[in-house]
Amino acid sequence: MSKKHLDAPRKPRLAVFKFASCDGCQLSLLDCEDELLAVADAVDIAYFPEATSTMQPGPYELVLVEGSITTPHDRQRIQQIRRQARVLVTIGACATSGGIQALRNFRDVAEFARIVYARPEYIDTLATSTAIAAHVRVDYELRGCPIDKQQLLGTLAALLHGRRPPLPRYSVCEECKRLGHVCVMVAHGTPCLGPVTQAGCGALCPGCSRGCYGCFGPKEEPNTAALSAQLATLGVDAAARTRLYHTFNAGADAFRKAGEA
Amino acid sequence: MSGKTRTIEVDTLARVEGEGALTLRIHGERLLSAEFRIYEPPRFFEAFLRGRDFREAPDVTARICGICPIAYMLGASQAMEMACGVHVDGTLRELRRLIYCGEWIESHVLHMFLLHLPDFLGVPDAVALAATHGELVKAALRVKKLGNEIMRVVGGREIHPVNLRVGGFYRAPGRTALRALLPEIDWSLGAMRDALDRLAGLDFPDFNTDYEFVSLRHADEYPITEGRLLSSKGVDLPVAGGYDELLTETHVRHSTALQSRRSDSGTPVHFGPLARVNLNRDRLPGELAELAERVGLGEMCGNPFKAILARGIEVLYALQEAARLIEHYREPEAAALDVTPRAGTGYGATEAPRGICYHRYTIDAAGLIEDAKIVAPTSVNQRQIEADLFHFAEVRLDQDDDTLRHGCEQLIRNYDPCISCSTHFLDLRRVRL
Repeated sequence: MSKKHLDAPRKPRLAVFKFASCDGCQLSLLDCEDELLAVADAVDIAYFPEATSTMQPGPYELVLVEGSITTPHDRQRIQQIRRQARVLVTIGACATSGGIQALRNFRDVAEFARIVYARPEYIDTLATSTAIAAHVRVDYELRGCPIDKQQLLGTLAALLHGRRPPLPRYSVCEECKRLGHVCVMVAHGTPCLGPVTQAGCGALCPGCSRGCYGCFGPKEEPNTAALSAQLATLGVDAAARTRLYHTFNAGADAFRKAGEA
Repeated sequence: MSGKTRTIEVDTLARVEGEGALTLRIHGERLLSAEFRIYEPPRFFEAFLRGRDFREAPDVTARICGICPIAYMLGASQAMEMACGVHVDGTLRELRRLIYCGEWIESHVLHMFLLHLPDFLGVPDAVALAATHGELVKAALRVKKLGNEIMRVVGGREIHPVNLRVGGFYRAPGRTALRALLPEIDWSLGAMRDALDRLAGLDFPDFNTDYEFVSLRHADEYPITEGRLLSSKGVDLPVAGGYDELLTETHVRHSTALQSRRSDSGTPVHFGPLARVNLNRDRLPGELAELAERVGLGEMCGNPFKAILARGIEVLYALQEAARLIEHYREPEAAALDVTPRAGTGYGATEAPRGICYHRYTIDAAGLIEDAKIVAPTSVNQRQIEADLFHFAEVRLDQDDDTLRHGCEQLIRNYDPCISCSTHFLDLRRVRL
């Protein structure tokens, strides 16, 4: 990733674009109730259809992209958006790994759409759901299904001040330890993806006494083989292990491979 | 101008969740067609649910919609519990109702003040609104934040909560943490009453339709988490079996979402807050029923622009209900009931902020999903929205394009359409894998 930041002399222009997604990650911005008006003061919200009917053309200093690429049209649209974007940040599991809809990647979608739709000729879809980075250069990635809104605010603030966003690359386990949660896998034998999942959520699931379901995607160099062996000793069979890895970030390389092993 | 053809288009509808568009085709003084186009790419949820464990359905289906995940998590959980012969009651049921109140509050307030009110006041967004109505916008953000806070305390996270499961919860929230929300609920009740008084004075377009409203109807509660299917034209059916009998989905060229209509007459139905208030006025506390009347929601109100008022009444209801549930809350002995899979079919229907959200699953003896059907409220309202657009536009063809376009956009936003939700639904009854 490049070390780009926003040092524009005027208010940086912000645009938010959506591809295949649930809207939850862009909603995170509207969920920053205490900071929303301050954000709107710090940047010029030039394009954000979910929030405003003002739609200004690019170029934009900062572009947030939610969602994955699943149609021929969207495959072209992301190229145009990249050309309009000085800094492009992908937000959420769909944009960073293809999201839950990447489960189609493991099936024959062409045949599938023919069977499913009463009028398949109306449907224009790609065989795969892929991350934005598979199509264009991405400057920064915010993981999560959904993203963490403090991480989003921290990223906006860092970019506005010309700093590199502080994004962790370590595992959920480290967050868990720091928060003093009891390890659900060691203490209760609960299957947990924490050891191989990137931090950022605040170890929410172990905090609720359940195993991490990996919605922030794989950490840097995850040891999925060791985790899979541990899961097997806990009685998680091969099919269940595949489902565990192949949920919200099935399209992320490390989880895809771990689920196919 | 007779003989002249004009087309009015909105390529990207703003202030809606997801991607939709609008096309009016006019020839001379005659409206040829009004299309509400949904072009959100399909995500095939019901397809990839097949073969997944029944316990995964709440977390997976939550990802259909970031704005109303509880509608999916709870509908899926209820359907699975029904299939497995388990009934969740008592404190766990009340906790579910409480987190749903949180979802109603955050979703309704988002729509009312950030997405819908700008239409009435002729500004592009809430940021512009804040310049002239700063206190109102700040109050709305504070109430919205409370809704999210309820979601977070009960569910662990505002968007896609992690603490809900088939059978109940992973961990019951602490009584102290819940009670800490009470002062803010109290403040929000006052703020929303004031806000609703102001909304009652808005200028509502003169547009009334004899809709067939459909909502859930519960024996003694205002409907949120369960009920029978009731319509303003005499339907009264159980959800199990009744929903599939009442409504049929069809696939039209201009939409990636299937449209629903009544199976017998082919006519559209109207889901959402206006339907709920109209059909369940007697389930509101007396004082809120009177307030509904006073702000302009008379008996069987057929003006969709007044949905903003119905949402206001429901926010007040959800705040009162949340306070009541918290006051009575005692931590349960177990956070969830055990649910052992068995082969069967289960149904679940709850009132999402936008209307009934329907789930039906068939699972095998090992608990793997064999078949799934999920219908989002916006995909049902889609057909009603198109009918509204036609009736609204056909008597306003003398308006200039911008005025007419703006009126039509506002009409669509009355329904708080959640387009992301609505397009992920395919009728898999025809699928033979």
